[in-house]
Amino acid sequence: MSERTDLLLSLADDELILGWRNSEWTGIAPFLEEDVAFSSIAQNEIGHARALYELAAAELGTTADELAFDRTPEEYRSAPLVELRQLEWARTIARHWLYETADEIRIEALKASTDEAIAGLAAKMDREEAYHRIHAEMWVDRLLGAPEGRERLNEAVDELWPYALGVLDDELRPALRERAEAKLGRKLPDVEAVPRGVHEAELAELWDEMTIVRRSAPAGAQW
Amino acid sequence: MTAEAVWEALAEIPDPEIPVISLVDLGVVKDVAVDAGTARVEFTPTFMGCPALEVMRHAMEQKIGELGLDAEISVRLDDSWSTDDITAAGREKLRAAGFAPPAPRVAAKLDLVQLQRGFRCPYCGSTETKLENLFGPTPCRSIRYCESCRQPFEQFKTL
Repeated sequence: MSERTDLLLSLADDELILGWRNSEWTGIAPFLEEDVAFSSIAQNEIGHARALYELAAAELGTTADELAFDRTPEEYRSAPLVELRQLEWARTIARHWLYETADEIRIEALKASTDEAIAGLAAKMDREEAYHRIHAEMWVDRLLGAPEGRERLNEAVDELWPYALGVLDDELRPALRERAEAKLGRKLPDVEAVPRGVHEAELAELWDEMTIVRRSAPAGAQW
Repeated sequence: MTAEAVWEALAEIPDPEIPVISLVDLGVVKDVAVDAGTARVEFTPTFMGCPALEVMRHAMEQKIGELGLDAEISVRLDDSWSTDDITAAGREKLRAAGFAPPAPRVAAKLDLVQLQRGFRCPYCGSTETKLENLFGPTPCRSIRYCESCRQPFEQFKTL
């Protein structure tokens, strides 16, 4: 597998798995507006995953669906940050904001790529992601604005920080630290990143649910 | 059969989710070329996760088939489409149907302050409106509320 397909699959897997996690709030978010927001963000992320899988599939001679659903959990290249199951609101917001901040840094780098297809797709994704960032930052500001929210958000960010670093390659991590610390107004711990390639146990559970329809239908079924 | 005839046929296809506006008004059809019985169409999705994408593709294939041509539809995935490409007629159709048209793209990074500006209510024309939710019933829409006529309305997001 080329470096290019490896990159495309890492990006696509992040977006697919996070899209799936975000969709877990559909119907049960704290209030209707957030139900709509998380559902819409999930839809966008999965749309990005599809476009990225299609670029990889063209090179590998396969299809986006096969890449999304026919691999084993161990074969996914997603960062552990997106695999975690977050059932608490402050933790969900912490993950959402850390991911979107890291993703912005990554997209900025991809937009400058000499690979036209990747640079073009990154520019289109960036337009949509801008809304996700604004949403995430609005929530961080809201939680930081009151003592309980502040405490719960900070606790969640500290716990997720090593995972957030793992979304990015080494050279992009200092930019993430700089932006995250500026927003929080405090230093973040010096820790080892939880790297890509090691999977959280929750991924297998997610995979089982995500692929069940595909696995139960005969090969070549059309929807 | 000319490319112009294909453009005319595509202009009859309504957007699957906002049927007051056609695919051509929306600006998502980027290019049409006709060559020896085949119409090649290049189009681009509004939002990449838009479920209407497949419906649009199918509708275009059908329309082109009715002209007696084979259709070759390709999807362009880059930043070449913006909501600025929605035609003036398309914007007016959106407004008349109760959707505030998108604000123009600006060079500066999109932020909440820009989105919280008092956009004009498509029902009463007041600018005493506020942002209710960045996200709406489809990826391309936000929800706003008009303080003057007390009517919630949707706005096409700027892309």
